[in-house]
Amino acid sequence: MLHEPASSGGTDPAAAFKMRLGMWMFALYCLFYGSFVYVNLASPLSMEKVVFAGLNLATVFGFALIGFALIQALIYDAACRARERQLAGAPEEGGES
Amino acid sequence: MVIAIFLGFVLFVLGLSFYLGAKTRTSSGYYAAGGQIHWGVNGIAFAGDYLSAASFLGICGMIATVGYDGFLYSIGYLAGWIVALFVVAEPLKRMGKYTFTDAVDAKYDSRGIKLAAAISTLIVSVCYLIPQMVGAGVLVTPLLGLPHHWGVIMVGAIVITIVATAGMASTTYVQFLKGALLIVFSTVLVVSVCTRGFSTRPDQGGKVPFYEYKSLAATGQGEQLAVTEPGWQVLEVQENKAAHASFARLSKDGAETWWLVEDKDGVITLQETQAAVETKDGRKLVNGAPASEANKLRQVSNIELFKGQEMAPQGRVSPFGLLAAMGDANTKVRRWKDTKLTDQDGNKVTVYFPTITPGNKLMRPGLKFKVEGTPLEKFDFVSLMLALFLGTAALPHILIRYYTVPNPAAARKSTIVAIAGIGFFYILTLFMGLGAMINGVMNPADSNMAAPLLARSFGTTLFAVISAIAFATVLGTVSGLIVAASGAVAHDLFDRYLNIKMSDQQKMKAGKISAFVIGALAIVLGIIFKGVNVTFLVGLAFAVAASANLPAIMMLLFWKGTTAKGIAASIFTGIVSSLGLIVFSPDLYKLYGLDPTTAPIPFSNPGIISIPLSFIVLIVVSLLTRPTGKVAEAAQAA
Repeated sequence: MLHEPASSGGTDPAAAFKMRLGMWMFALYCLFYGSFVYVNLASPLSMEKVVFAGLNLATVFGFALIGFALIQALIYDAACRARERQLAGAPEEGGES
Repeated sequence: MVIAIFLGFVLFVLGLSFYLGAKTRTSSGYYAAGGQIHWGVNGIAFAGDYLSAASFLGICGMIATVGYDGFLYSIGYLAGWIVALFVVAEPLKRMGKYTFTDAVDAKYDSRGIKLAAAISTLIVSVCYLIPQMVGAGVLVTPLLGLPHHWGVIMVGAIVITIVATAGMASTTYVQFLKGALLIVFSTVLVVSVCTRGFSTRPDQGGKVPFYEYKSLAATGQGEQLAVTEPGWQVLEVQENKAAHASFARLSKDGAETWWLVEDKDGVITLQETQAAVETKDGRKLVNGAPASEANKLRQVSNIELFKGQEMAPQGRVSPFGLLAAMGDANTKVRRWKDTKLTDQDGNKVTVYFPTITPGNKLMRPGLKFKVEGTPLEKFDFVSLMLALFLGTAALPHILIRYYTVPNPAAARKSTIVAIAGIGFFYILTLFMGLGAMINGVMNPADSNMAAPLLARSFGTTLFAVISAIAFATVLGTVSGLIVAASGAVAHDLFDRYLNIKMSDQQKMKAGKISAFVIGALAIVLGIIFKGVNVTFLVGLAFAVAASANLPAIMMLLFWKGTTAKGIAASIFTGIVSSLGLIVFSPDLYKLYGLDPTTAPIPFSNPGIISIPLSFIVLIVVSLLTRPTGKVAEAAQAA
């Protein structure tokens, strides 16, 4: 006997879309995060160069990683909500695990 | 006032727990707050759960001692929420019931997965609990004047009460309260730092006179060392390999002190240090005199030169102005390091000595994580960044918060609220850490107290509030961890793995008893690990979580070939490989009191080995155990 979820949200017709979008946005963030790690290793001295408002690249890059996470999150939520509204009442899209 | 605010907060939290406890009558209420928490509340509670002692005490302390390298943890911890939002949040909410084990086992109903996931939850939770309890001990000493172990016992007792009364319901509201207060008052602290501005002779707003450290001219080297100024006698000179420095023990007027020997182009200068000595007969000395309330280590850390000038401009500074000035190559900061040695009389000495660092080096990675170092040191850096990125979405006490909201959309929205709150707080950590670094508030023996001590320099009220919040920080996170761990024992092991038949009331009771036992264990570990930087310990917990849990979650969601045996094998591989690499790493060897260069594993962060290994094992075992023939057709149909 399988274990049922804590609360039933019913079927989600937008689930496959959300999973695909999530993976793309995750990959984009990975690229940004990976480039931060790469620059630190390949050119550590460039991280101390002043690039904006007296701030060095390390500080700007760090803040940008935090800010970009929030921006991506808001875009993702807006896209998910739009899709959920569009597909409300439709049968579940294929492909969801 | 400090004690009144602190006690007021604790009583309020306990009152809330008893109130909610009276309403919690089912196991669903106990483990998942009935799944009816509003997403906004859950988002802030996420922040309260996640912003642990490591974030508030540890990261601020690390930034205050090693600059930007401490901020790397903030970046990595926040980035981890991207994995949680885009990959884990909604599917996990759809699959699980009360625990992480429920989610990974949802498709399979496998005893192997139940056992592996429950053990993993327990290990990760305990690894994460240790730094929280250490943080509790650190806080209670300056706050209430009690020894470290009383702080740990007090937190343990309060948290056991919170969890045992109402489980996830009381835990949620404690975390919500703490998360909101932490963000608001950290903002107040940062505004205070910017309003005070810079000083090359910080005096904590006139409360603690700036101490001018002396330097002495000397001649000769080694045993020939002699101080030019009369009255000083050189007792011994020691070269310390760990610190890459030499130290001289001097005597004047009967007081013995330790000095850092500097040799610049043949000109010998001795720099005053601080030293804590434990004599063979058990006496404790600080800076040559018996340790007492009046004779403690002096608070340290300040700007030595502000953009090349001996005097800094007076008055407030903008947030960007603060960061820009700190990153200037001509700004020099006097940071403090420590090293241990044994003097010629056999006494144990800890020397705290200054080092001058230019701003351009301070405000980029490199002081702790050697990004310009050997390939192995670079490897260690990548490994840490990987574990921080992938660890968040694999922490059981974070994952169970997805079960407290009504549906997957609420899980997504609460994650976005969490990213906003947590991201804002992590930006504040850079200002709080640098504020502690430049205001002469650092305790050289314990970096964990940077933020509360910074608050104290602005007055008793802010100190009382910040300390109470820091204490709440520990309470909130420890509560979440104990709920997760007790769920693993009572729900995953007793109820589902061992199939012990229990009524709903008995399940709740089993959870409460488990919470009590795990809380007691946390108290013992918190006392044993006293003095270790809490962020470092949490970093290791992330590595274990990312190695043991994340491959199972990701592959379960994105690869149809995943089998139950593959998941169980992957979880066990992740636990064993990450713990094994940690136990034999240089950082742990240092903790054992052994020479770190003799550690069999040459790096300290295991993620880059253990995470891919866990993925590989899952794929290989799944391929070897995939169903064939009719079984496969049945599986496809299901």
